[in-house]
Amino acid sequence: MIKNEKLSVVSHKEIASRIFELTLSGELVSEMKQPGQFVHIKVSNGMDPLLRRPISICSINREMKQFTMIYRSEGRGTALLAKKESGQEVDVLGPLGNGFSEHEVKPGETAVLVGGGIGVPPLYELSRRLKKNGVHVVHILGFQTKDAVFYEEEFKRLGETYVATADGTNGTKGFVTDVLEKLEGSIDVIYSCGPTPMLKALEQKYSHKKLFLSLEERMGCGIGACFACVCHTADDPQGVSYKKVCSDGPVFRAGEVLL
Amino acid sequence: MSRLNIELPGLSLKNPIMPASGCFGFGREFSQLYDLNLLGSIMIKATTKEPRFGNPTPRVAETSAGMLNAIGLQNPGLHKVMSEELPWLEQFNLPVIANVAGSKEEDYIEVAREISQAPNVHALELNISCPNVKEGGIAFGTIPEVAKNLTKRVKEVSQVPVYVKLSPNVSNIVEMAKAVEDGGADGLTMINTLLGMRIDLKTGKPVLANKSGGLSGPAIKPVAIRMIHEVSRAVSIPIIGMGGIQDASDVIEYFYAGASAVAVGTANFTDPFVCPKIIEELPLLLDQLGIGHISECRGRSWKANELFAHNRA
Repeated sequence: MIKNEKLSVVSHKEIASRIFELTLSGELVSEMKQPGQFVHIKVSNGMDPLLRRPISICSINREMKQFTMIYRSEGRGTALLAKKESGQEVDVLGPLGNGFSEHEVKPGETAVLVGGGIGVPPLYELSRRLKKNGVHVVHILGFQTKDAVFYEEEFKRLGETYVATADGTNGTKGFVTDVLEKLEGSIDVIYSCGPTPMLKALEQKYSHKKLFLSLEERMGCGIGACFACVCHTADDPQGVSYKKVCSDGPVFRAGEVLL
Repeated sequence: MSRLNIELPGLSLKNPIMPASGCFGFGREFSQLYDLNLLGSIMIKATTKEPRFGNPTPRVAETSAGMLNAIGLQNPGLHKVMSEELPWLEQFNLPVIANVAGSKEEDYIEVAREISQAPNVHALELNISCPNVKEGGIAFGTIPEVAKNLTKRVKEVSQVPVYVKLSPNVSNIVEMAKAVEDGGADGLTMINTLLGMRIDLKTGKPVLANKSGGLSGPAIKPVAIRMIHEVSRAVSIPIIGMGGIQDASDVIEYFYAGASAVAVGTANFTDPFVCPKIIEELPLLLDQLGIGHISECRGRSWKANELFAHNRA
């Protein structure tokens, strides 16, 4: 059930360069079902900026009625959000979208979680659940540079973790796909979230695997009504059939939509 | 006694609040959030003869107190709207206003003829003002004689009253309004979006894939208010006002300008519960203003002052 609620800030800190970790508490948390879902945040009380900001859910603590999200302060909207302090309220609409299914992989099997930049956070809750289910989790996390790296230790606590940076300042120099290619052992499922070129590269090389991709697109309403974040389906690339990233996704099976 | 009910051609509204076309799909998404029976009406997404995918993304860009969109009339086409969307809406006690769009006169006529026969379609909204469709549609909304003729042709085939949605992207809005009134329009809906553009600082290129888009939201409200203020004095058909409405006080301002009902658009994206909230707020605001029935507000900005006991509050 989608709800609109003002949640209170439990903690808020900068954990990497311009990367913020925000924990909120409220009733709405009990509605959060799947890793990979997102919330739509109203960052100002007024009309500017007007639209909400879609931010993925990083971890959920149902008992405490808290959830954490990680976002990059980039534009005017997220810069305003970055100013919120403990005790203040944040207007949240959610949870929205369909996330990652944790039941696509059996206990004892191996899931590789591939994240790029600000696409890394939703993989954290997914990894926690998979590990709890007895799945062997491997993480490959890509960032621009070492200052942008976050949650490396958190992921390491859950399983094997590899970091790649574009400039080689942390971990492997290069892309997540470079690490994935060299990975030994069998892979039963790949879950991924990150920039479109990364998702495309994964789809090209691993379409024979069970592969799930979480997409990013500019959104309006976030609930499927405005048709801002629409993409073509892969079987009808020029036609009229479509999927909405916000409400049909953001997670799709590889080959379902045109990237 | 209701203080919000409004009678308009074809439309018996329990309240004058309805979601604007293109901002509410066909209601399915919002029906999961609240009971659509609360609404006065619903203006469904523009329907064209054939299904349309619409424009490439990005389709939206934010602006100060507003947003630009260039969706491009994405819709499942007349057949699916008739066979799936409208029957689905029949579960609600909701008069539907069907937004009819096209790029050729024949397309408008065919869609209008068919869709006006659906049992729950109580009025048409003739969309001659979408700024995001390239194929010649713009002439319908900017040349008075062309708009008048299209209105006339659509009126000939429609089973229900026809409201014409006016574009603000004209030099003389009154002339357009009078032209479609002459063409037989039963009402007006105004305003559609204002043409705009945003350019990305990094790339130096327009943000929208379509380059330009339609500006909506609170930023355009003063433009709409001014146009309704002018048009409502010049024509005798009712106006459904729209453009940046966010709360009950905006609704009253539209009525004061000369509107008889209003549609809420972009605000649904910021707060999906905005329509029921406004409906709940309205009687309280009427109390504060000392107004008995909302219809008393209509045209207050230009009617002679003595008609209103505005000091009684």
